[in-house]
Amino acid sequence: MSTQDPSLSIANPEPKDTDALQKLGLALAGIGLLILFLAWGNVSIPANIGLPLSLGGILIGVSIYGARAYAKQPAGIKNNGVWFKSLTNRGVLGWIVGIVLTGFYVLLYWYPEFIGYKPGTGNEGLVALFDPLSMFFKGTPASQWFVYGTIYTLAITSLGVKFIYKYRHNRYQLWRTVAVMIAQFFLAYFIPEILAGLNYNDVTTASGEYLGYYNTDLKNVWPLDYDFFHNWQQDAFRQEAYQPVGVLFLIIGIAMFLVVTPVLTYYVGKRWYCSWICGCGGLAETAGDPFRHLSSKKLSAWRLERWLIHGVMVFVFVMTAATVYGYFWNTGQVFGLDIYANFQKPYGFLIGAAFSGVIGVGFYPMLGSRVWCRFGCPMAGYMGIIQRFKSRFRITTNGGQCISCGNCSTYCEQGIDVRAYAQKGQNIVRASCVGCGICSAVCPRGVLKLENGPESGRTELPPIMIGNDSFKLAE
Amino acid sequence: MQHIVIIGNGISGITAARHIRKKSDHKITVISAETDHFFSRTALMYIYMGHMKYEHTKPYEDWFWAKNRIDLKRAYVESVNTNSKTLTLSGGESLAYDKLILATGSKSNKFGWPGQDLKAVQGLYSYQDLESMERDTKDITRAVIVGGGLIGIEMAEMLLSRNIPVTFLVRESSFWNNVLPPEESDMINRHIREHHVDLRLSTELKEILSDENGRARAVVTGDGEEIACQFVGLTAGVSPNIDFLKSSGIEINRGIVVDPYLKTSAEDVYAIGDCAEFSEPNGERRPIEQVWYTGRMMGETVAESICNTPTRYTPGHWFNSAKFFDIEYQTYGWVWATPKENEASFYWEHEEGKLCLRLVFDKESHQLLGVNNFGIRLRHHAFDKWFNQEKSVEYVLEHLADANFDPELYKTYEEEIIRKFNADFNANVKLKKKSWKRILELVS
Repeated sequence: MSTQDPSLSIANPEPKDTDALQKLGLALAGIGLLILFLAWGNVSIPANIGLPLSLGGILIGVSIYGARAYAKQPAGIKNNGVWFKSLTNRGVLGWIVGIVLTGFYVLLYWYPEFIGYKPGTGNEGLVALFDPLSMFFKGTPASQWFVYGTIYTLAITSLGVKFIYKYRHNRYQLWRTVAVMIAQFFLAYFIPEILAGLNYNDVTTASGEYLGYYNTDLKNVWPLDYDFFHNWQQDAFRQEAYQPVGVLFLIIGIAMFLVVTPVLTYYVGKRWYCSWICGCGGLAETAGDPFRHLSSKKLSAWRLERWLIHGVMVFVFVMTAATVYGYFWNTGQVFGLDIYANFQKPYGFLIGAAFSGVIGVGFYPMLGSRVWCRFGCPMAGYMGIIQRFKSRFRITTNGGQCISCGNCSTYCEQGIDVRAYAQKGQNIVRASCVGCGICSAVCPRGVLKLENGPESGRTELPPIMIGNDSFKLAE
Repeated sequence: MQHIVIIGNGISGITAARHIRKKSDHKITVISAETDHFFSRTALMYIYMGHMKYEHTKPYEDWFWAKNRIDLKRAYVESVNTNSKTLTLSGGESLAYDKLILATGSKSNKFGWPGQDLKAVQGLYSYQDLESMERDTKDITRAVIVGGGLIGIEMAEMLLSRNIPVTFLVRESSFWNNVLPPEESDMINRHIREHHVDLRLSTELKEILSDENGRARAVVTGDGEEIACQFVGLTAGVSPNIDFLKSSGIEINRGIVVDPYLKTSAEDVYAIGDCAEFSEPNGERRPIEQVWYTGRMMGETVAESICNTPTRYTPGHWFNSAKFFDIEYQTYGWVWATPKENEASFYWEHEEGKLCLRLVFDKESHQLLGVNNFGIRLRHHAFDKWFNQEKSVEYVLEHLADANFDPELYKTYEEEIIRKFNADFNANVKLKKKSWKRILELVS
C-alpha cells in the first residue's frame, strides 16, 4: 500500500489485517474447537492430551486473538462495521451460529446421549473427553452438565479477556468484567466441583445409594434457581452426610433472596447481580457482547417484555408455593392438582430449559444477548420492581448535552430506548436496566452516568432542558 | 385552530412541531425533501461506520407522527408567497399556511475551487450526502478532506473505519485553532496522527483534478503538490440553505434575518436553527448558530411564541460538545482561542496527553468564564449554575468533584488539577469531597 509516497501515512495500517499473533491465536482456538468436534464425532482422541489441548487452546487462543485485535488500535469505542458483518447483523454466519447453539442446547437438555452421555455403559464422544477433568475434581465420570459448565466457564473467561481489551479505556467495564469472570470461575465452577470432590454434594455411596444433589453456586439465587425448594433439593440440603455445608448453603440461599438481594438492589440497583456476578449475565456480557445491539427497542417489545417477565415471575412464585406446600404437608398435590405434573414439570421444561437455555442463548445472534434476562428471568423481574420503586440507582442525564444520535439505545442489550430519556434531560430509572454501563460508554457526548444517589427527584422530568432561558414552564 | 407549516424536519423544525403539539391543537404539517422521518443528523457518521443503521438514528418510531397528529410531507418547496400565504411545491402543488416556520438548515460551503463540482466531491450534511459518500468511496485507495473543522474530522474517522487512507488538508496552522486554544488544538493534532491520518496543516486546496469521466482523481495543494485520490470531502463549514427564498421578499442576508423573537421580515413567518440569522446579536454568540442544541432551543422558543405569548429567544450559558476520534470534548461558557484582555487561563493536561482541562476566569474578580474539558466528562448543571452564581475559579476547583461526570470507578484527576492550579497561581485551593447534597442543589 501507498508505494507511491512512503511519507503518506497509511490509514489504520494494522486493524484490518490479521497479524501473526492473531493468526496464532486463531490457530490455537481452532485446534481446540476441532478437538471438541472430533471427540463429538467419536474420533478416538486420548482425553488426557486432547482435553487440556482443547480447553487450553480455546482459552489462550481466543484471549490472544481478542486482546491483540483491540490492543493494536487506540483505546476507544470499537463498533466499526457491526451492522455490516454477517455474524452480527443476522447474516448467514449469524444464523449458522444461532442454529448450532440452539441445537447444542436441545441435545444438552433432552438428548444428552447424542453428545456421549451414557452413565450406564460409560461415556463416549464429547462427554467422555471431559471425564479426566471430572475424575480429577470429584472422582466420577463427567455428566453432560459438567461438560456444559466447563464450556460455559471457558466462554466467559476467554471472551471476557476480549471484552476487557475492547473496553480497556473504561474502568467500569474493566472491573465489572473481572468480577463476572471471577464469579463464574470460582462460585459457579471451581467451588462446587471441589465441594463435590470433598463429598459434600452429589455423592453416590460405596453401596450404590445416591445421596442427592443441591445447588452450590452461591450466586444462582432463587427464583432464578427455580428448583431451590424442590423436594429433592431440600432433602439434599439436609442430608446428614453433607453437613455442615448443606445447611449452610440452605441458609445462605434463603438469605440471598430475602436479605442480600433487596438490600444490595436498594443501594446499587440490580446491576450488582445482573452484570457483576450472574452467570447468565456473565455469558451475555462476554460471549453475547457482539450481539447486544440486536435487541428490539420498539415500544411494542417493551409491552411484551412487561407481560412476559412478570408472567414468568408469577409462574415461579405459584410453582414454588405449590412446591413448598407439597413439601411440608407431603401431599404431592395442591387443590387436587399434581404438583410435579402441573407446576414443576411445565416450569422446568418451558422456562428452565426452553426459555433460559435454548432461546436465551441459542437466539443470541437473532434477538440479542439478553433475551432471557429481559423477557424471562424471574430474579431480574423481582429486582426490577425494587430498582424501579425503591432504589438509589439511576442513569443520570447530563443536562442538555444529548444529540439524539441513538448509540445508547442501539447498544442497550435490554432494549431500553435510553435516548428517549436522554433527549428530554430525564434520568433513566427502568426496571429492566441491568447496569452494564455500555450506554454511557458509547455516548459520544458524555451524557450518561450510572450512579447511586439520593432517591429524591430520581425520576423527575425537567419541564425544559437546561440551556434555554427563553421561558420558564410551570413546575 | 391554525395551520402551522414547518419547512425542514431536522432538530429545529421537529422540536418546534413537538412543542406546538404539546401546547396547542393547531394543525401541523412538516415538509422535508430529505427524508420521510426525522433522524439525528449528528449520527450520519455512525451509519457509514456501521455502528448504527439509518433506522436507529430516528429518535421516534414511525407511528409517533400520526399519533401526535403531525403531518409529514415529503416534498421540495420551490417558493414561498408571503402575500397569499402559500407555498409552491415541486410538481406545482400548493399549500396554504397560517404560520410558517422555516427550518431549512444548511448546505456545505464551496469556495469556488476549480473542480468543486466534479463527481466524488462533496460535503457531509444531508442524508443524500451520506448516500453519495457510500457510493463514491467504494474500493478507493485514498480520500482527501479539505477543511479542519468538526465535520472534517468526523469524515476522516468515517473513512478510516473502512480502512480508506485519508489526507486531511487544514488551512490553519493547527486543527480548529480558530476555536480551540493552542494546547487543545495540538492535542487533537497528535490524536489525528495517532490514527494514521496524513494531516497537512497550513495547507490549502488549490484545485481538484478530473479524470476522463468527470470524477475527481487528485487534488492540488496551495504549494503545488498533487495528491492522487478518488474522493474529496469539502468540509470547510456550512451556510444557510435559503436559495429557494430569493424571490419571496423575505429579508435575507447570509441567513434568513430574524428579530429576537425569531420572526422574519414577513408576517407570520419565522425562521429557526441553522438557517436563521439574528439581526441583533445574542451576547457573544454568532449571528448564525449552526449547532444542534441551539436549533433545539429555537424550536422550543418559537413554539412558545406561536402557542402562548411572543417569546424572545434567550439562550442560557453557551455549551457544546464534540468527539474527535476517541477524545470527547465538552465546553461550558466561553473559551476563546486567544484569551481576551481581561481573561486569565488555567490549563492542565494529563501526562499521557489525551485528557485536559482549561478554566478561563476574569483576572480581577476570578469569576469563572468558561471551561474546556477533553477526555473528562463534566456535569452541565454544575457549570450552568456556577455561571449563574458567578462563582470564582477557586470555588469551582474546590467543588470540582461535584461536577465530575465520568463513569464510576474512573480515575479522578481533581487533586492533580488543583495541585497544578495552586502552583501556577500561587493559590491554596483544597478539594472538597463529592457531596450529593450540593449536587442535588445544582440540579434542582
